[in-house]
Amino acid sequence: MDEKKLAIIATKGSLDWAYPPFILASTAAALGYETQIFFTFYGLQLLKKKLELQVTPLGNPGMPMPMGMDKWFPILGMTLPGMQGMMTKMMKQKMKDKGVASVEELRELCQEAEVKLIACQMTVDLFDMDASQFIDGVEYAGAAAFFEFAGQSDICLYI
Amino acid sequence: MADFNQELDASGLNCPLPILRAKKTLNGMEAGEILHVIATDPGSVKDFDAFSKQTGNELMESKEEGGKFHFLIKKN
Repeated sequence: MDEKKLAIIATKGSLDWAYPPFILASTAAALGYETQIFFTFYGLQLLKKKLELQVTPLGNPGMPMPMGMDKWFPILGMTLPGMQGMMTKMMKQKMKDKGVASVEELRELCQEAEVKLIACQMTVDLFDMDASQFIDGVEYAGAAAFFEFAGQSDICLYI
Repeated sequence: MADFNQELDASGLNCPLPILRAKKTLNGMEAGEILHVIATDPGSVKDFDAFSKQTGNELMESKEEGGKFHFLIKKN
Protein backbone atom coordinates (compact mmCIF):
# COMPACT_ATOMS: atom_id res chain seq x y z
CA MET A 1 0.00 0.00 0.00
CA ASP A 2 1.48 3.32 -1.08
CA GLU A 3 1.64 5.98 1.59
CA LYS A 4 -1.17 8.47 1.17
CA LYS A 5 -0.50 12.18 1.40
CA LEU A 6 -2.42 15.04 3.03
CA ALA A 7 -1.66 18.69 2.34
CA ILE A 8 -3.27 21.41 4.49
CA ILE A 9 -3.12 25.19 4.19
CA ALA A 10 -3.78 26.85 7.57
CA THR A 11 -4.76 30.50 7.21
CA LYS A 12 -6.50 31.37 10.47
CA GLY A 13 -5.02 32.39 13.80
CA SER A 14 -7.81 32.07 16.35
CA LEU A 15 -8.19 29.47 19.10
CA ASP A 16 -11.17 27.74 17.47
CA TRP A 17 -9.61 27.64 14.00
CA ALA A 18 -6.34 26.30 15.36
CA TYR A 19 -8.00 22.94 15.96
CA PRO A 20 -8.97 21.65 12.49
CA PRO A 21 -5.46 21.68 10.98
CA PHE A 22 -3.78 20.07 14.01
CA ILE A 23 -6.55 17.51 14.64
CA LEU A 24 -6.67 16.41 11.02
CA ALA A 25 -2.91 16.38 10.57
CA SER A 26 -2.20 14.37 13.72
CA THR A 27 -4.97 11.89 12.95
CA ALA A 28 -3.86 11.51 9.33
CA ALA A 29 -0.31 10.85 10.53
CA ALA A 30 -1.64 8.15 12.89
CA LEU A 31 -3.42 6.58 9.91
CA GLY A 32 -0.17 6.48 7.98
CA TYR A 33 -0.50 9.59 5.83
CA GLU A 34 2.54 11.66 5.02
CA THR A 35 1.30 15.09 6.08
CA GLN A 36 2.33 18.71 5.58
CA ILE A 37 0.72 21.88 6.88
CA PHE A 38 1.53 25.14 5.13
CA PHE A 39 0.93 28.12 7.46
CA THR A 40 0.22 31.45 5.85
CA PHE A 41 -1.11 34.84 6.94
CA TYR A 42 -2.84 34.56 10.35
CA GLY A 43 -2.12 30.83 10.40
CA LEU A 44 1.46 31.78 11.35
CA GLN A 45 0.17 32.50 14.86
CA LEU A 46 -0.19 28.73 15.29
CA LEU A 47 3.57 28.28 15.02
CA LYS A 48 4.58 30.71 17.75
CA LYS A 49 6.49 29.35 20.72
CA LYS A 50 4.05 30.96 23.10
CA LEU A 51 0.55 30.60 21.74
CA GLU A 52 -1.74 33.48 22.61
CA LEU A 53 -4.76 32.36 20.64
CA GLN A 54 -8.14 33.85 21.38
CA VAL A 55 -11.69 33.19 20.32
CA THR A 56 -14.08 35.99 19.45
CA PRO A 57 -17.87 35.99 19.33
CA LEU A 58 -17.74 39.01 17.02
CA GLY A 59 -18.99 38.33 13.54
CA ASN A 60 -19.74 34.77 14.54
CA PRO A 61 -23.49 34.25 15.02
CA GLY A 62 -22.97 30.47 15.12
CA MET A 63 -20.98 30.56 18.34
CA PRO A 64 -22.96 29.07 21.22
CA MET A 65 -22.95 31.50 24.13
CA PRO A 66 -23.23 30.41 27.75
CA MET A 67 -26.13 31.53 29.94
CA GLY A 68 -28.00 33.09 27.02
CA MET A 69 -25.41 35.85 26.85
CA ASP A 70 -26.23 36.50 23.22
CA LYS A 71 -29.74 37.56 24.32
CA TRP A 72 -28.50 39.83 27.09
CA PHE A 73 -25.56 41.24 25.19
CA PRO A 74 -26.38 41.73 21.53
CA ILE A 75 -23.58 42.44 19.06
CA LEU A 76 -22.55 45.76 20.61
CA GLY A 77 -22.16 44.09 23.99
CA MET A 78 -19.62 41.73 22.48
CA THR A 79 -17.36 44.69 21.74
CA LEU A 80 -17.01 45.56 25.44
CA PRO A 81 -13.42 45.49 26.70
CA GLY A 82 -12.58 42.16 28.25
CA MET A 83 -15.32 40.28 26.45
CA GLN A 84 -12.92 38.44 24.11
CA GLY A 85 -10.64 37.51 26.99
CA MET A 86 -13.59 36.20 28.96
CA MET A 87 -14.91 34.15 26.04
CA THR A 88 -11.45 32.70 25.47
CA LYS A 89 -11.16 31.72 29.11
CA MET A 90 -14.59 30.09 29.09
CA MET A 91 -13.84 28.21 25.88
CA LYS A 92 -10.54 26.88 27.24
CA GLN A 93 -12.22 25.75 30.45
CA LYS A 94 -14.98 24.01 28.51
CA MET A 95 -12.43 22.20 26.36
CA LYS A 96 -10.56 21.06 29.44
CA ASP A 97 -13.78 19.79 31.03
CA LYS A 98 -14.65 17.80 27.91
CA GLY A 99 -11.24 16.17 27.54
CA VAL A 100 -10.38 18.09 24.38
CA ALA A 101 -6.63 18.39 23.87
CA SER A 102 -4.95 21.79 24.04
CA VAL A 103 -3.62 23.27 20.80
CA GLU A 104 -0.08 22.95 22.22
CA GLU A 105 -0.61 19.24 22.86
CA LEU A 106 -1.99 18.57 19.37
CA ARG A 107 0.85 20.53 17.83
CA GLU A 108 3.39 18.46 19.76
CA LEU A 109 1.66 15.26 18.66
CA CYS A 110 1.91 16.45 15.06
CA GLN A 111 5.63 17.06 15.44
CA GLU A 112 6.14 13.69 17.12
CA ALA A 113 4.35 12.05 14.19
CA GLU A 114 6.64 13.87 11.77
CA VAL A 115 4.01 16.14 10.28
CA LYS A 116 5.97 18.73 8.34
CA LEU A 117 5.17 22.29 9.44
CA ILE A 118 5.99 24.90 6.83
CA ALA A 119 5.78 28.66 7.33
CA CYS A 120 5.05 30.84 4.32
CA GLN A 121 8.22 32.92 3.97
CA MET A 122 6.42 35.80 2.28
CA THR A 123 3.93 36.34 5.10
CA VAL A 124 6.64 35.89 7.74
CA ASP A 125 8.40 38.85 6.11
CA LEU A 126 5.16 40.76 5.60
CA PHE A 127 4.34 40.68 9.32
CA ASP A 128 7.95 41.36 10.37
CA MET A 129 8.07 38.03 12.15
CA ASP A 130 11.21 35.93 12.38
CA ALA A 131 12.20 32.35 13.03
CA SER A 132 13.12 33.04 16.67
CA GLN A 133 9.40 33.51 17.46
CA PHE A 134 8.50 30.10 16.11
CA ILE A 135 8.88 26.61 17.51
CA ASP A 136 11.84 24.47 16.41
CA GLY A 137 11.44 22.24 13.40
CA VAL A 138 9.51 24.69 11.26
CA GLU A 139 10.59 24.94 7.63
CA TYR A 140 10.28 28.06 5.48
CA ALA A 141 9.11 27.96 1.90
CA GLY A 142 6.88 29.49 -0.74
CA ALA A 143 3.96 28.61 -2.97
CA ALA A 144 5.97 26.55 -5.44
CA ALA A 145 7.28 24.33 -2.65
CA PHE A 146 3.73 23.82 -1.43
CA PHE A 147 2.61 22.66 -4.86
CA GLU A 148 5.44 20.19 -5.11
CA PHE A 149 3.86 18.26 -2.25
CA ALA A 150 0.22 19.24 -2.76
CA GLY A 151 0.38 18.17 -6.39
CA GLN A 152 1.04 14.60 -5.29
CA SER A 153 -1.37 14.65 -2.36
CA ASP A 154 -4.51 12.52 -2.11
CA ILE A 155 -6.28 15.12 0.02
CA CYS A 156 -5.72 18.86 0.01
CA LEU A 157 -7.51 21.16 2.46
CA TYR A 158 -7.70 24.91 2.78
CA ILE A 159 -8.56 25.91 6.32
CA MET B 1 -12.87 -10.48 26.79
CA ALA B 2 -9.88 -12.20 25.24
CA ASP B 3 -6.36 -11.84 26.59
CA PHE B 4 -4.35 -8.79 25.74
CA ASN B 5 -0.73 -7.67 26.06
CA GLN B 6 -1.21 -4.00 26.89
CA GLU B 7 -3.99 -1.80 28.15
CA LEU B 8 -4.64 1.87 27.39
CA ASP B 9 -7.21 3.80 29.39
CA ALA B 10 -8.36 6.72 27.27
CA SER B 11 -11.39 7.47 29.45
CA GLY B 12 -12.36 11.13 29.52
CA LEU B 13 -10.33 11.92 26.41
CA ASN B 14 -12.00 13.34 23.34
CA CYS B 15 -11.35 13.04 19.61
CA PRO B 16 -8.69 12.56 18.30
CA LEU B 17 -6.75 11.70 21.47
CA PRO B 18 -7.93 8.07 21.94
CA ILE B 19 -6.77 7.22 18.40
CA LEU B 20 -3.48 9.10 18.76
CA ARG B 21 -2.69 7.45 22.10
CA ALA B 22 -3.60 4.03 20.70
CA LYS B 23 -1.34 4.57 17.69
CA LYS B 24 1.52 5.62 19.95
CA THR B 25 1.06 2.58 22.17
CA LEU B 26 0.89 0.25 19.15
CA ASN B 27 4.16 1.72 17.89
CA GLY B 28 5.89 0.29 20.95
CA MET B 29 4.36 -3.17 20.58
CA GLU B 30 5.32 -6.26 18.54
CA ALA B 31 3.33 -7.58 15.58
CA GLY B 32 0.62 -9.99 16.72
CA GLU B 33 0.33 -8.43 20.18
CA ILE B 34 -3.05 -7.19 21.34
CA LEU B 35 -3.92 -3.79 22.75
CA HIS B 36 -6.99 -3.23 24.91
CA VAL B 37 -8.29 0.34 24.67
CA ILE B 38 -10.90 1.74 27.06
CA ALA B 39 -12.66 4.95 25.99
CA THR B 40 -15.67 7.04 26.96
CA ASP B 41 -15.93 9.08 23.74
CA PRO B 42 -18.93 7.68 21.81
CA GLY B 43 -17.28 8.80 18.57
CA SER B 44 -14.46 6.34 19.23
CA VAL B 45 -16.62 3.38 18.11
CA LYS B 46 -16.65 4.48 14.49
CA ASP B 47 -13.14 5.94 14.77
CA PHE B 48 -11.48 2.70 15.89
CA ASP B 49 -13.31 0.83 13.16
CA ALA B 50 -11.99 3.32 10.60
CA PHE B 51 -8.52 3.30 12.20
CA SER B 52 -8.26 -0.46 11.87
CA LYS B 53 -9.48 -0.50 8.27
CA GLN B 54 -6.97 2.14 7.24
CA THR B 55 -3.94 0.92 9.16
CA GLY B 56 -4.47 -2.84 8.79
CA ASN B 57 -4.36 -3.41 12.54
CA GLU B 58 -7.20 -5.85 13.18
CA LEU B 59 -10.10 -4.71 15.39
CA MET B 60 -10.85 -8.04 17.09
CA GLU B 61 -13.54 -6.78 19.39
CA SER B 62 -15.54 -3.59 19.92
CA LYS B 63 -18.15 -3.41 22.65
CA GLU B 64 -19.81 -1.22 25.21
CA GLU B 65 -19.77 -2.31 28.82
CA GLY B 66 -20.60 -0.35 31.95
CA GLY B 67 -20.88 2.93 30.04
CA LYS B 68 -17.43 2.54 28.53
CA PHE B 69 -16.23 1.40 25.16
CA HIS B 70 -13.73 -1.42 24.87
CA PHE B 71 -11.62 -2.25 21.85
CA LEU B 72 -9.19 -5.09 21.20
CA ILE B 73 -6.70 -4.26 18.48
CA LYS B 74 -4.17 -6.71 17.13
CA LYS B 75 -1.02 -5.09 15.78
CA ASN B 76 -0.20 -6.11 12.22
